[in-house]
Amino acid sequence: MKKLELSPHSTEEAVEIEAGKRKKCWSLEKVSKERWIELSKEVASGKWTLFGLWGSPRKVNMVLLDESQSKLQVIELETPLGKFPSVAIEVPSAARLERTIYDLFGLIPEGSFDNRPWLDHGKWQLRFPLGNILPPEEQKPYPFFLSEGENLHQIPVGPVHAGIIEPGHFRFTMGGEIVVRMEERLGYTHKGIEKLFFEASIEGGAEIAARISGDATVAYSYAYALAVEEAIGITPPPRAVWLRALMAEMERMANHFGDIGAICNDAAFPRILSRCAVLREKILRFSKDFFGHRLMMGRIVPGGLTVDLSKEGKEKLYLLLKEIREELCSIKYFYDSKNSLQDRTVGTGILNARSAKLFGAGGFIGRASGRNFDARKCFAYPPYDKLSFESPLLEAGDVNARVWIRILEIEQSSFLIEQILNNLPFGNTLSVMKEPKVSGQGLAVVESFRGDILLWIEIEKGKIIRCHPRDPSWFQWPLLEKVIVGAIVADFPLCNKSFNCSYSGHDL
Amino acid sequence: MLTEKIESEKESELIKLSEALQGACRKKLGRSLAIREVDAGSCNGCELEIHALNNPFYDIERFGIRFVASPRHADLLLVTGPVTKNMSEALKRTYDCTPIPKWVVAVGDCAAGCGVFKQSYAVMSGGVSDIVPVDLWIYGCPPSPIDLLRGLILLLER
Ligand code: SF4
Repeated sequence: MKKLELSPHSTEEAVEIEAGKRKKCWSLEKVSKERWIELSKEVASGKWTLFGLWGSPRKVNMVLLDESQSKLQVIELETPLGKFPSVAIEVPSAARLERTIYDLFGLIPEGSFDNRPWLDHGKWQLRFPLGNILPPEEQKPYPFFLSEGENLHQIPVGPVHAGIIEPGHFRFTMGGEIVVRMEERLGYTHKGIEKLFFEASIEGGAEIAARISGDATVAYSYAYALAVEEAIGITPPPRAVWLRALMAEMERMANHFGDIGAICNDAAFPRILSRCAVLREKILRFSKDFFGHRLMMGRIVPGGLTVDLSKEGKEKLYLLLKEIREELCSIKYFYDSKNSLQDRTVGTGILNARSAKLFGAGGFIGRASGRNFDARKCFAYPPYDKLSFESPLLEAGDVNARVWIRILEIEQSSFLIEQILNNLPFGNTLSVMKEPKVSGQGLAVVESFRGDILLWIEIEKGKIIRCHPRDPSWFQWPLLEKVIVGAIVADFPLCNKSFNCSYSGHDL
Repeated sequence: MLTEKIESEKESELIKLSEALQGACRKKLGRSLAIREVDAGSCNGCELEIHALNNPFYDIERFGIRFVASPRHADLLLVTGPVTKNMSEALKRTYDCTPIPKWVVAVGDCAAGCGVFKQSYAVMSGGVSDIVPVDLWIYGCPPSPIDLLRGLILLLER
């Protein structure tokens, strides 16, 4: 990997750089049923990548990504009869999204092969909470897809797991020590977030967005702010534009350190965990000292930032970056030189390039399996259009590759932060919303540590009438089911940690 | 790396808390406190901070406080999240599996009263205490590791 040339630190003077307005990266197309089906087929043939699919009370929307053109097409289909043609029959990654659309809105994906509920576990005391609300049905057991045969047995795991992690259920079918099938059942952390958005003000929406997934709180607040700003036509001050990216990169580093440590710990190598945990804690303490919150929750809002980085903070951050880089060198050395560790990670949980592409797997999962997609590059939202960095790419698709992508990304993030510090524009960090009663639609894509977050918002006279956040995990969770087949069950924790999909961000 | 001289206020506070916790643990528990963490639908922010208790700065295990894999091994349930309806049964069952005597500590503003998720059709109306009896609430969104330590001391000194 090419190292970036760094300019000498200039803690005193900041360079004047124009902030750059975010370019609109999407267009909306209202389509007929026939066109909807045709587009599904085009996705299946590889012309597009399915990037999002959600319902509203009287319509469904689908977002298609054209990676080569850095363009997003938002497709809209009215559903006067409460039905739409299933996308999943052509595109498997749509299946869970369609089941969700049915659970929340009661819209029926016609022709779908999987009609089981997904987020609705029969406990809400109502059905279709965001559509035409109906009384609950009698609760039925959830039918797993099971493999049956002589000598096969099942291991049910969760929703309460053995570690300090989020709740979900995994159903393993085993042939001796080998996993024959694994099926996930999620939805345990469903908090009704999309409905809460329906009733929220723009400020209230920011509070909810920050709590969609606690580990990606910066990225979600960032996406929410960008989408709202697009919808109501405001531009944040240049300094805020740059500091947002700084916060996002700090969040990325902190989470990657957490993950690298946890993966190594699961391979019985706690030494790396300790070292990573120390660096993570130092980033969090810095965030508390200079941004007022350890996870930087609620610091990015529509219009800018609620905080600023002081001169002292800037100097401290240079020092912290130096320490991180030095430590990372020795972590790399340790990771690379321990055979017992490599033995567990190399060749484990391989995700092939084809599946990664088919599902549009984002973040380190896609980039460890040869899918060269990074929202910071593809959409170059400011200030990333002014920053130089690389998006590391590997082909092996195993646990080891996912660890390496994280290591390399920390390196890149540290260079990015340094560039931001060197070039940080002066000025305030929050513009006031002059005309809060306007209407409009906004869409934002932000690269969280885990991959691309999509956030769609519709605002009418200053009120949110629809907000749909799509976590990268939607397209990553199903792939975890795939990579574990044929492995021994003891490799599951490694595969799971190396994926680190979000439960809360997915369940909403 | 961590054996450097302690200068900041935060660090000296950590030492004070450590000593208090050490004393309280020994008096009340002899040698150990086993914690089962239960995420009842949190955003995962609270979990990140609970995790931090295990890092070399706080290193909670040095006081004999351990996170265990099964409620059957636990003295204390550390519960986060507004308690989603989809998790309410799992939380109740986890509580029932925990041997008596047992404590429940509700961690975070969500666990105390659903936080920003209040009024959703998908969460319990009053947080953790709707499902299981709570001995102590630790507020914050999320509470920091220091807040968590303070909470545990309060509980143990009671
Ligand atoms: S209290 Fe805050 S950090 Fe904890 S689960 Fe709730 S929203 Fe997340």
